[in-house]
Amino acid sequence: MLQEHARIVQFIAMAGEARGRKKLQKMIYIAKKMDFPFAEKYELHMYGPYSEELTLRVEELCEMGFLKESCTDKGSYVQYSYNVTEEGGRFLETAAAPHEKLADCIDRLNGKSSRFLELVSTLLYFDYLPKDEQIEKVRIVKNKLNFTDDEMQDAFEFIAELQACSVVA
Amino acid sequence: MDYKNEKLFEEKVFKDPVHRYIHVRDKVIWDVIGTREFQRLRRIRQLGTTYLVFHGAEHSRFQHSLGVYEIVRRIIDDGFSGRAEWNDEERLLTLCAALLHDLGHGPFSHAFEKVFTLDHEKFTQAILTGDTEVNEVLRRVSPDFPQQVADVIGKTYPDKLAVSLISSQIDADRMDYLQRDAYYTGVSYGHFDMERILRVMRPAEEQVVIKFSGMHAVEDYIMSRYQMYWQVYFHPVSRSAEVILIKILHRAKHLHTAGYPFKYEPVHFKSFFDRTFGLEEYLSLDEGVLMTYFQWWRKEEDAILADLCDRFLNRRLFQYAEFDPAKEYRKIGELERLFKEAGLDPEYYLVTDSSSDLPYDFYRPGEENERVPIYLQMSNGELSELSRSSEIVDAISGKRRTDHKIYFPEDVLESEGNPLYEKILQMLRGE
Repeated sequence: MLQEHARIVQFIAMAGEARGRKKLQKMIYIAKKMDFPFAEKYELHMYGPYSEELTLRVEELCEMGFLKESCTDKGSYVQYSYNVTEEGGRFLETAAAPHEKLADCIDRLNGKSSRFLELVSTLLYFDYLPKDEQIEKVRIVKNKLNFTDDEMQDAFEFIAELQACSVVA
Repeated sequence: MDYKNEKLFEEKVFKDPVHRYIHVRDKVIWDVIGTREFQRLRRIRQLGTTYLVFHGAEHSRFQHSLGVYEIVRRIIDDGFSGRAEWNDEERLLTLCAALLHDLGHGPFSHAFEKVFTLDHEKFTQAILTGDTEVNEVLRRVSPDFPQQVADVIGKTYPDKLAVSLISSQIDADRMDYLQRDAYYTGVSYGHFDMERILRVMRPAEEQVVIKFSGMHAVEDYIMSRYQMYWQVYFHPVSRSAEVILIKILHRAKHLHTAGYPFKYEPVHFKSFFDRTFGLEEYLSLDEGVLMTYFQWWRKEEDAILADLCDRFLNRRLFQYAEFDPAKEYRKIGELERLFKEAGLDPEYYLVTDSSSDLPYDFYRPGEENERVPIYLQMSNGELSELSRSSEIVDAISGKRRTDHKIYFPEDVLESEGNPLYEKILQMLRGE
C-alpha cells in the first residue's frame, strides 16, 4: 500500500536532501538500474532518461505534505530541492524498510554532479549495446554537452563500482 | 529499381473508420505489414481493459499503427515534401518508424509490463534489430536500416524533425489514438480538426511547428487530449479491471515461485516468472493466450487465483472509493489489518491506485523541464511557444491533476457471515 510513494520519500530521506530535479531523476534511474525496486517508468528525453511518473509522484508527495520543495535562484537557472517533512517522516514509519544496500548506493550517487549522473544514466540507458556503441549513442543524444573521453572513462569506472552495491551483487 | 524506392504495381488501400483510407504504395511498407511480428498487433487491443467499460473499444494496435503511418504519410507527401527544411531521403525511414513504433507492446501492455518489470520500447528495439521477419524486410533496404528505424523510434536518431513526427507533444501517434479511441469508445470528447492541423504543420530545424493561423485547431487538440485522459483512459471502472488483471498475474507468479501444482501448467509464463524469457517467448504472447489461461485458472484449486480470473472474465470488478493518501494513509494500515482478520488477503483484495496527467507543458528558461513545447510560426517567421499566444493553453499549462482511488470487493463485503465486513465497509465508505 502506497509502497511506491514510500520508496521515493525513503530515498530522499536517506539522501538527506535531493538537490535538483534533474539530479533526483538520474539518481533514481541509476538506483533502478541497480535493481532497487522503483516502479517509475523512464524514457529518453533531452537530459537523458526521464520519468514523467516520477515527476508526477514527487509533485504529488509535495501536495500530500510528505515532501517540501524549495527553490534557489542560481542566476542562470532555478534549482529545486526536496526534503522530507515531519509528516513525511511519520508516513515512513508505516512503510517497509528499504533494501540494506540502498544506503551505500545513494552515498555513491550523492557525491556526484548532475552532469556526471546525466552521463552515467544515459550510458546505462544504452547498456544493452557494446561499449563503443554506448559511447556513440551518448555522443549523438548529448552532442551539446561535449563529454570528454576522460569523463566517459570515469563514468564506466563508476558504473563498475556501482555494480558492487546493486541488489543482485 | 532498388528495394528502397520500389513501388507496388497498384496502390493498396485499407478501409479505415478514422482516416477513411490508408494508402500504401511503397513495397517495403507492404512487406512490413505482412510480417508475423506486425500481424501479431492484431491480437493486442489498443486500450487494454477499457472494452469492459466502453464495449466498442475492441480495436487493436494493428489499426492504430496503420493510422499513425497514414498521418505521417500525409504530413510528408502532402506537406513537407519539397520544402527546404525536410530531407526527402528520410521519407521511407520515417514511415517505417511510424508504422512500427508500437511493435513491442505486449498483451494488456501496461499491466503486463508492471508485473514483469518490462519495457515495451526495449522490445520494439529488440524486434527491429533481432532475428525476426521485420528485420529481414528492413535489412533488404540496407544493412543499417533496421537500426535507423529503431533509432527514430527510440529518439536517438540525429534528424530530430523525423523523430518529432512520431514523438512530441503534437505528433501523429497522439493524433491517431485520440481520434481512434474516441471513435471506438463512442465518446464525443476526442475529436479535433486534424485536417486543419495537417495543413498548418511546417517542418523546422529540429521539430514540427504550427503556422500561427492554426492555433485554435491545436487548442482543440490539447483540450480533447485532456478530456480523453479523464473520461476514458483513467476511467475508474477500467482501472478496476486493470487492478484485477495485475493481481491475477501477481498471484500466478507467486504460486509458481511457491511451487504450487497448477492443474494447467502456465507454460507461456514460466520464463517470465523465472526471468529467463527471450524474444521468441515474448512474441508468443497475445491477449488470446492470456484469456485462455484465465479460463483455465478459474478452475484452479487456489481460491484467490480462481476468484480473480472469474472476476476478470465475468466482469465482477472491484468497487472503488475516493481516497486522500495525505490524510488517510494510516487508515490503509488499519484496513489491511481488518482485511486479514476477516480472512481476505489485502495483497489481492485491497488496492490503492493513482492516476495523474499533465495535459501540456512548456520549457521555462532556467528550469529543468524535459518537455519539448509546441511552437507557433509567426508571420515574420519567428517561433513562439504556444501558451504565450493561447490563453486556453496557458490556463492548463503545467497543471497536473491527480486522482486516488481504493479498490475492494464490495460484493464479498456486503455478503453476510462475517461481522467484520460491515465495519470494513463503513471505513471504506467514510461513514
